[in-house]
Amino acid sequence: MSSHYEAPIRKPLIIGDKNYHDVTVDVARPVEGRANKQWWIAFTIALAAFLWGVACVSYTVGTGIGTWGSNKTIGWAWDITNFVWWVGIGHAGTLISAVLLLFRQKWRMAINRSAEAMTIFSVIQAAMFPVFHMGRPWLAYWVMPIPNQFGSLWVNFNSPLLWDVFAISTYLSVSLVFWWTGLLPDFAMLRDRAITPFTKQVYGILSFGWSGRAKDWQRFEEVSLVLAGLATPLVLSVHTIVSFDFATSVIPGWHTTILPPYFVAGAIFSGFAMVNTLLIIMRKVSNLEAYITVQHIELMNIVIMITGSIVGVAYITELFIAWYSGVEYEQYAFINRATGPYWWAYFLMMTCNVVSPQVMWFKKIRTSIMVSFIISIVVNVGMWFERFVIIVTSLHRDYLPSSWTMFQPTFVDAGFYIGTIGFFFVLFLLYSRSFPVIAQAEVKSIMKTSSEKYKKLHEAHDNHSHSEHNHH
Amino acid sequence: MYTFSSKLRTFAFILMVLGALGVGYSFFTAPSTVEEAEAIVAAGHHGGHGEAEHHDETAAEAHGHDAAEADAHNAAEPATDSVVVNHTEEEVAHTAPDSASPVAIEEHADTLAATAEAHHDAASPTGDAAEAGHEGHAHSEVAAAHEGHDAHADHDAHKEHAEHVFHQLQNKPWAALYVAALFFTLLSLGALAFYGIQNAAQAGWSPVLFRVMEGITSYLIPGCIIVFLLLVAGVLHFHHLFIWLDPEVVAKDHLIQGKSGYLNGPFFLIRAAIFMGGWIFYRQYSRKNSLLQDEATDNSYYKKNFKAAAAFLVFFIVSESIMSWDWIMSVDPHWYSTLFGWYVFASFFVSGITTIALITLYLKSRGYLEYVNTSHIHDLAKFMFGISVFWTYLWFSQFMLMWYADIPEEVVYFKMRIENYNLPFFGMVVMNFVLPILILINTDFKRLSWIVVLAGTIILCGHYVDFYNMIMPATVGDQWFIGAGEIGAVMFFLGLFILVVFTTLTKQPLLAKRNPLIEESKHFQY
Repeated sequence: MSSHYEAPIRKPLIIGDKNYHDVTVDVARPVEGRANKQWWIAFTIALAAFLWGVACVSYTVGTGIGTWGSNKTIGWAWDITNFVWWVGIGHAGTLISAVLLLFRQKWRMAINRSAEAMTIFSVIQAAMFPVFHMGRPWLAYWVMPIPNQFGSLWVNFNSPLLWDVFAISTYLSVSLVFWWTGLLPDFAMLRDRAITPFTKQVYGILSFGWSGRAKDWQRFEEVSLVLAGLATPLVLSVHTIVSFDFATSVIPGWHTTILPPYFVAGAIFSGFAMVNTLLIIMRKVSNLEAYITVQHIELMNIVIMITGSIVGVAYITELFIAWYSGVEYEQYAFINRATGPYWWAYFLMMTCNVVSPQVMWFKKIRTSIMVSFIISIVVNVGMWFERFVIIVTSLHRDYLPSSWTMFQPTFVDAGFYIGTIGFFFVLFLLYSRSFPVIAQAEVKSIMKTSSEKYKKLHEAHDNHSHSEHNHH
Repeated sequence: MYTFSSKLRTFAFILMVLGALGVGYSFFTAPSTVEEAEAIVAAGHHGGHGEAEHHDETAAEAHGHDAAEADAHNAAEPATDSVVVNHTEEEVAHTAPDSASPVAIEEHADTLAATAEAHHDAASPTGDAAEAGHEGHAHSEVAAAHEGHDAHADHDAHKEHAEHVFHQLQNKPWAALYVAALFFTLLSLGALAFYGIQNAAQAGWSPVLFRVMEGITSYLIPGCIIVFLLLVAGVLHFHHLFIWLDPEVVAKDHLIQGKSGYLNGPFFLIRAAIFMGGWIFYRQYSRKNSLLQDEATDNSYYKKNFKAAAAFLVFFIVSESIMSWDWIMSVDPHWYSTLFGWYVFASFFVSGITTIALITLYLKSRGYLEYVNTSHIHDLAKFMFGISVFWTYLWFSQFMLMWYADIPEEVVYFKMRIENYNLPFFGMVVMNFVLPILILINTDFKRLSWIVVLAGTIILCGHYVDFYNMIMPATVGDQWFIGAGEIGAVMFFLGLFILVVFTTLTKQPLLAKRNPLIEESKHFQY
């Protein structure tokens, strides 16, 4: 891989006097210890929310979609808003593990495991909406091109909703494989440290007999690179296909060509914000501050700032082109967003997505953990409203004024959404107690170039002009 | 220090001289009267006269001629008025959105041709047409043209068609010059964006290439000046590449009128000057700091460059988007696409990176870049590969979304290209996507100089064709061909590019000495 020499101006990624064993112990501690009271409280709340969601979904399926606030004009509202929101959040994991791997960003190593877990758990949430927003979800299997007894009645491959099926299912499966491959050496570490026969058995199964031979490592690295190379176009295409749901239509406000890259930028934006939210808590409760450092948070903030700016440029582009197009429907769609009955949603979206990330230009702010945490939540609120604004404001007033209407969510809409948040946290909380939340094998690989301890050693060497690196 | 080889210098001069001759020849042979244009077209067509005429008639639609068309139409009005007006209002109303670009007229003309026998009537319903604006006019004109060509060879229609072709052929040498000038300037801007990103991202592999990048971006100054002069020439009506600069066209086109708050000569030039000034300023500032850092005792110039890169990238993303609307999208002033700015960016960004790779390989082969190894080339080739895919992603997104929704006012853009530019339009997808992806996917290949040169040449040619496809259909319509003017312009600017870039490379050592990341870059192995 890359060179073993690192410039002195680079800040350490592992803080403190850590050695290889310390990494193992620190990563294994949350798994090997017992859950504390706060964990159980959080878990109970998440579980309750999840069960409430299950109740709402059961009610929807049993009674009908009419229990939701959608109407004849606004056929898509919270269901697809939440779907796109969750898919978007799920993108940061792959971004961190794949794109940052391709760009050889060493700082990804402390955060990729949790980011990928977040990807998988949020894609699971996302995948529920396409199924349960169907009028007849029990016929959902008809979206699959399966030979059948209706004279082999097939699906129409021209619909972006069908592309969604392939995109999401491929994305989930590839992310899962990518994640699990990376977990093998870490599960093996837990297996080898296990004290009880039960945990030894469990982690023995999960680690697939990983023994860490040179040949295994060589192939492990190769497969990681190949999967990263595949996952990068995949992650772009998945959210692109989600954006096609809107962009291929003829609805003013939906039909715009910038949607594919702009949705992807928005996905990275909201996904990184969610990673920040989760990791700021995790580094504290799991005592991982030495690995998930302020520099990591700062770098994630920078990514949020960059993608937030890209999203901002896209907003302005859409506004400008709507004016430039001379198409009155397009122009009205944007006037309606800004001054119509949902102006407050548009205002929230603009404030949260365009203004809030710009504060990250100040080093003081982007290195403040408290502010980062707040902004990360603000961004996700903003990104929820972005999807809501795109979907609902474009639908509620379009070509025919006689079809103009409003949208009012019901408690079932909200319940389903709350349920997915609950489910997400149920999964994430379980994960954080049973999985190695930091890819310890990867972190160990940068120990000698990027840890505080070794950097100090290098520095001492350099001063005595003994370093063979600096004086080739 | 690099010395400019006399062979390369001579080669650059020869390119410039030959190129200038080609450009001069194309201006010289461009028709100066309508009759000459007719003669050129007659010589160029091998089919039967009637067939050729029909083809030209329906396809004669570069925007530049709407005005002429409308004028000719006014002259023809008395004749057409006498015909019974069976044309319903709906038909005209329907045409209005369709003919956002005249290509749609062609489609309509075809439909009308089919119905013309049934009711031989497609005259100008003057009142309706007035309501529908200039599109209505254009529509009825083509209809009238059809009629003429049906039975009594209508002299007016013929004359008006000839004028179309005349204007297209007059545009041709200018458009050829403009495409090539723009391509090389933006390529240099692409290299500057890459340089800015490398600085802002604190990349550890690329500092050994910084001087090469700085050499390439030195072309930005002459390139911007030339493009700016071409834009000024447009505002002064020396050429008609931007039809919205033509007051006669604007007077008859309510859609362009609606945009004139943005699309007007002075504002257009002010924007161009600000953008070019900003890019050149960053380039000069960053180059200065980069050289000062070589002699410095601390990292202050490096830090300045880091901050400058971040600020430039913000300026760049905004200015680049607007630039692409101004200089490229506005040649089709009825058409619009929100993705366009980023699409243009991907095209010149990958060209810029490819140029960095090619010049690095050239300098390395001459023994100049001591610390550049195959890993650096490998990284550049990965960027060429990745950004090629990214370009294709944007190309496909823009094309597919318009194709899929099939909204007339935007799909005409692609309809025109597919019908009249089929080979360049799809050929560039092969050159910019299929071939690079097949050639550069292999890791070992990305380290072989000749493979990277091969792929790089294909990519650069492909992106020239991309720019060609963006400008030509609106300016020369179906009168395109790649001849002396086009090849000459590319040769001229290539020669100038080589001259400027390699002269800059001789000015300073090719290794940035005290960059804090230079050691990483020297030891870079992948």
